[in-house]
Amino acid sequence: MRNFLKDEQHLVRMAAIFLVGLLLFLIVRAFFIPKGFYEYGHFRAGALADNATRPMGFAGREACESCHPDVVEAKKDSRHVAVTCEACHGALAKHADDPGGLTPTLPDAQKLCLVCHGEDVAKPKKFPQVNPQQHMGAKPCLSCHKPHHPEMAQEKRR
Amino acid sequence: MRIDRREFLKSSGKFILLTSAAAAAWDFLQAGTPEAAPNYKLHDHWWGFAIDIEKCIGCGNCVRACKTENDVPLEPYYFRTWVERYHVPGGDIEHPEVDSPNGGYDGFPPRYKSGDGSKNFFVPKLCNHCAHSPCTQVCPVGATFDSPDGVVLVDKTYCIGCRYCVQACPYGCRFIDPRTMTVDKCSLCYHRITKGLTTACCETCPTGARMLGDLKNPKDPLHDFLRNKKIQVLKPQMATGSKAYYNGLDGSVR
Repeated sequence: MRNFLKDEQHLVRMAAIFLVGLLLFLIVRAFFIPKGFYEYGHFRAGALADNATRPMGFAGREACESCHPDVVEAKKDSRHVAVTCEACHGALAKHADDPGGLTPTLPDAQKLCLVCHGEDVAKPKKFPQVNPQQHMGAKPCLSCHKPHHPEMAQEKRR
Repeated sequence: MRIDRREFLKSSGKFILLTSAAAAAWDFLQAGTPEAAPNYKLHDHWWGFAIDIEKCIGCGNCVRACKTENDVPLEPYYFRTWVERYHVPGGDIEHPEVDSPNGGYDGFPPRYKSGDGSKNFFVPKLCNHCAHSPCTQVCPVGATFDSPDGVVLVDKTYCIGCRYCVQACPYGCRFIDPRTMTVDKCSLCYHRITKGLTTACCETCPTGARMLGDLKNPKDPLHDFLRNKKIQVLKPQMATGSKAYYNGLDGSVR
């Protein structure tokens, strides 16, 4: 025992240096690791909130339908019943937030119909598709079909 | 009491070191997390995604909606989601012909004729939100991660733009945003799903070929999809734990 403590001065110095080093490490570490890191894993927990607080472009079907029940009624029993409003009318969260502020423009039906219903062999066989040049003498789509209820009067819903 | 300079420096040095360390430790202990949305319980959800290739008509609505909703650069090589058209001549699934003009943003101009014995279909693609994501494992700074509700997200304030994750993703779902030089990818519209809405691509898909689902909700229609359809994920041999489930996935799809 006596022998061990003979050079105690050295041990104390070393311990002091080690402690100071450890303290420095802890300070630097606490400085560089952001708040909430490791709370859920190897990432900053606040990043979840960052990702969740972006502005929205699309209002969502329910927002549209709460103000436009007439269109819901018109689409009922049609093949377009499952097509959401914003699939054709575009992103309108701004209009939903402030109906007077932004008035949506009516889409160009002649182009819009063909986005889905233009002929392509890669489309599912059952999906109704037309060659616009050969279909009914290339008349405008709207002269026969209503976008919210595209079936012809005599046509039964398949 | 007299105190010499050496003694003064020693004690004040100790004081400063100890208090700042204690202050930092206290901050660290107190660091809390704001909930993403007030009524959203992080641990009550486990998000997945269903894609029905038999319903996809290649209209490109999802690609356009995604770019609008998430402010994705419009250049034709930045996509969070995109659609591919497959042309498999003579049933040769080893050598499909794949095209994706502008990712399907402008739709697909007719290219193939019917009756040539080929197989043609569209495949929508997006981040697979893997349960064992290769991309999050390689991030050196913890800027991309699997969230507790099963979404692979990016912390843009923390990303150093090193591109490791871009190379690690087996599905090519990541890109570097040229404006911020940080990585960007599908966030499964995290800002929408935490508020009870569906993703922008599902919202605008006219045929229901895309469906967001919560695997922790036993009433979610995604469970019916998984039970009743013949399901496959992309590159199952990679064992990524992909949660983007495809119905009608052909062997030619890479």
